[in-house]
Amino acid sequence: MATLPVPVENLIARFGPHLNFPRAEGIPGRDEPDAVVKTHCCFCGMQCGIKLLVKDDKVVGFEPWEEFPFNEGRLCPKGVQRYMQNEHPDRLLTPLIRVGGKGFEKIGWDGAMERVVSEIQRIQNAHGPDAFAMLSGVSLTNEKSYLVGKFARVALKTRNLDYNGRLCMVSAGAGNKKAFGLDRGSNNYSDLAHAEVVMICGTNVSETFPTLTHWIWQARDNGGKLIVVDPRLTPIARTADLHLPIRPGRDSALYGAILHQLIKHDWLDHAFIANHTTDFEKAKEAVKDYDLAWAERTTGIAADKIELAARWWGPAKTSFLLHARGIEHQSKGVENVLGCINLVLATGRIGKPYCGYATITGQGNGQGGREHGHKCDQLPGNRDIENPEHRKYIAGVWGIEEKDLPGKGLTAYEIMEAAHRGEIKGLLSICFNPVVSLPNNNMIREALEKLEFYVAIDFFLNETARHADIILPGSLHEEEEGTVTTAEGRVVRIRKAVNPPSEARSDTSILLELADRLGAGERFSFHSSEEIFNELRVASKGGTADYFGITYKKIEDTMGVFWPCPSEDHPGTPRLWEDRKFKTPDGRAHFHGVPYREPAEVTDSEYPVILTTGRVVSQYLSGTQTRRIGKLVKQYAEPLLEIHPALAARLDIHERELVRVSTRRGTAEFPAQLVETIREDTVFVPYHWPGRKSVNQLTSGHLDPISKIPEFKVCACRLEPTGRKAPSPDEAQAWASP
Amino acid sequence: MSTSFRTDQEFFLDPQRCIGCHACEMACAECETNGQLPMIHVDYVDRFLSPQTSVQICMHCEDPVCARVCPAVAIEKDEFGIVHSANTARCIACSNCVNACPFGVPRKIEPMDLMMKCNMCYDRTSAGKKPMCATVCPSGALFYGTREEMARRRPNSSPVNTFKFGRETVKTKVNIMMPKGETELVVYE
Repeated sequence: MATLPVPVENLIARFGPHLNFPRAEGIPGRDEPDAVVKTHCCFCGMQCGIKLLVKDDKVVGFEPWEEFPFNEGRLCPKGVQRYMQNEHPDRLLTPLIRVGGKGFEKIGWDGAMERVVSEIQRIQNAHGPDAFAMLSGVSLTNEKSYLVGKFARVALKTRNLDYNGRLCMVSAGAGNKKAFGLDRGSNNYSDLAHAEVVMICGTNVSETFPTLTHWIWQARDNGGKLIVVDPRLTPIARTADLHLPIRPGRDSALYGAILHQLIKHDWLDHAFIANHTTDFEKAKEAVKDYDLAWAERTTGIAADKIELAARWWGPAKTSFLLHARGIEHQSKGVENVLGCINLVLATGRIGKPYCGYATITGQGNGQGGREHGHKCDQLPGNRDIENPEHRKYIAGVWGIEEKDLPGKGLTAYEIMEAAHRGEIKGLLSICFNPVVSLPNNNMIREALEKLEFYVAIDFFLNETARHADIILPGSLHEEEEGTVTTAEGRVVRIRKAVNPPSEARSDTSILLELADRLGAGERFSFHSSEEIFNELRVASKGGTADYFGITYKKIEDTMGVFWPCPSEDHPGTPRLWEDRKFKTPDGRAHFHGVPYREPAEVTDSEYPVILTTGRVVSQYLSGTQTRRIGKLVKQYAEPLLEIHPALAARLDIHERELVRVSTRRGTAEFPAQLVETIREDTVFVPYHWPGRKSVNQLTSGHLDPISKIPEFKVCACRLEPTGRKAPSPDEAQAWASP
Repeated sequence: MSTSFRTDQEFFLDPQRCIGCHACEMACAECETNGQLPMIHVDYVDRFLSPQTSVQICMHCEDPVCARVCPAVAIEKDEFGIVHSANTARCIACSNCVNACPFGVPRKIEPMDLMMKCNMCYDRTSAGKKPMCATVCPSGALFYGTREEMARRRPNSSPVNTFKFGRETVKTKVNIMMPKGETELVVYE
């Protein structure tokens, strides 16, 4: 039974989200902290260095860490306010058990663990090991990601483990593996400084990776040109030399059209193409008809702008291309990525100073988490779970028979679909809030309600965990030692600043005890995060993501080590491909033919407007943390429907009017915000909010066939004015919407 | 007075680079003396037209009009050119300074009956640190450092500290960044 035990309003009243504000009179002890702990922000993939101030085992504030080389003290508002997740009234302090009609009641650790293990065993005995699934997330450190991957395969013995990176970096990862044989940004961000052209595609850098803005503008300060591809005029697009306001879902057409121009004008590096790549002819063939007139019709971008982008990109001596979820969250996410890579390879500008290419990994440990842990088709070191050699090696490290290592499982959205069909009966989740973050989330909620047993490990009762039978109170980022890998591929140290409060425990100790109770204790005899990391090093050895030469001490001595780092005397690899030895089987970088195809759902007379989604600077992902931090909530308190005034006028929609937005999957109402900074055929709603305020009630579950990423960034909708003015944000309380 | 104030470092403000993230406001408000109120302000210019925001700190005028119009002599400029927030014992909350400031910086805080404004993080700058807002700003809209550092970072911009408000010229300690070669900012003719 994974239905809510009591009406949702009762759960919100007890478990929040409630807003935590700093006290105006100041926080005692901040002037004379017991410790100043150098660590990293718990939010995005930039992993900015930050110092936490600790007094009496509590985080009481922060201080910029100016010596850390990536951000040099710079922070965004989320980093400044992150300490407010400590001492939070919503913090889960004891294990809880669902009692129908009553809510959640306290239970001891022993009873909670016993119930979890008996339910796992009951379901697996009756329906097979794969009927119990696990969902995880990449806010977890490398150590915990590795532990989750091993736990699911060795202790839980299920193949159905996947993670929230499925909503994040999988299209980029798949594209990079196809083209380069390895999944990491090719360069660190210092290569932006003297790039003549920087092209950023589908990434709202200034709101989602604010501290990266500095590096991009460094290029501009040195005379570089900035091209931004985005349906909206975002804060970074505002300052671009060229903004290409693309129609959502048409990205591969743009990159195809630019490649067509590069070929037409012979802006190609023939020597690089001949000596270090394959399949250029396939890429060329695919774009032979993609002239400017076709491109303008398809992308909605004026032909002269596309031509100018090609004219800047083509002959440049140095360049850097960055992309993120805008092009990746599509049913052709991998094709969009490959279209971008084709532009980089055609001009041979990679593996040299100021010649770069990278996806901007979104989540805090989006990079490291996807290399060593919880991805359904992967083993540590970015190994392939279906490759017999890889399986054999990891089985050896884990001390199990290769035949006992489960194979490839379902991806995150598919796990929920299987639960909806009744095939998956039990679920363990940690660090994932799919009822807010997955698309088509009315289906997700129904799937949760069909589960026979659901156990959630988390520090707050997020919207998904409300459906749990047992809740195990885990740890915040600042409550455990570990490492994460930044979007640049730099492995950095996360330091424990305080202990988990009351009866809450570290995530690691919870997983270790569960493994022991499931009978796999001897495979999980770790006594510290460093011991887990040291096993991860061995498990990654010889894989493409090779961490073997990275130690805690080396990270601490050098403020981070870039993988691959195969031996202890190896300095790490800040810039890939200087040796031109790509990690594909033939050692070459691969072009791909990328014929354009439409998004899975296109507009029609019934649903005539394109809906796209994204983020705002003051919120993070599904908001489990940031919708509980008062100042971040107040900065942007509710999801607004950004709509162009011309479209609004046609539909008689007015500023702050509630607009009913409908798709084939659901209906929701949002206040209109009229702005000229969006295309006339497109509306935008950010996705961080729950319940009736969740735009993911509307988004589509169409998946990329390779990466299985959902198409968040484009679907078809209908807009209807309601004639009602939206209540004030304080009255609406969208952050805690039922 | 014993101090480690770095006289070689200056404040450079570049509102065009502001990305509207509000990290500066939140970091400023953390200061114990500010009671969780920011002394720096970020606002949209016109959200209908653009996501452009602008950021305003105290410009620390060479001849601060806020101090000149203060009937209680509550506002003082120190030897380093910092124009300090109102002396709490003297301020009578008359709002003369609020009305007189050409940059709209001082604000009267009603519940406290007191004018408060940016003092360039004197607690930090007097200890050789940078102001908090300029330390955290992710986009370089706020920068604190030497003139040489700034010239190296922004070869195509010039710092300007002369503002023309009609016939009145105001010189400030804080610089704003202008296109290379500009020497003054004419706010209005």
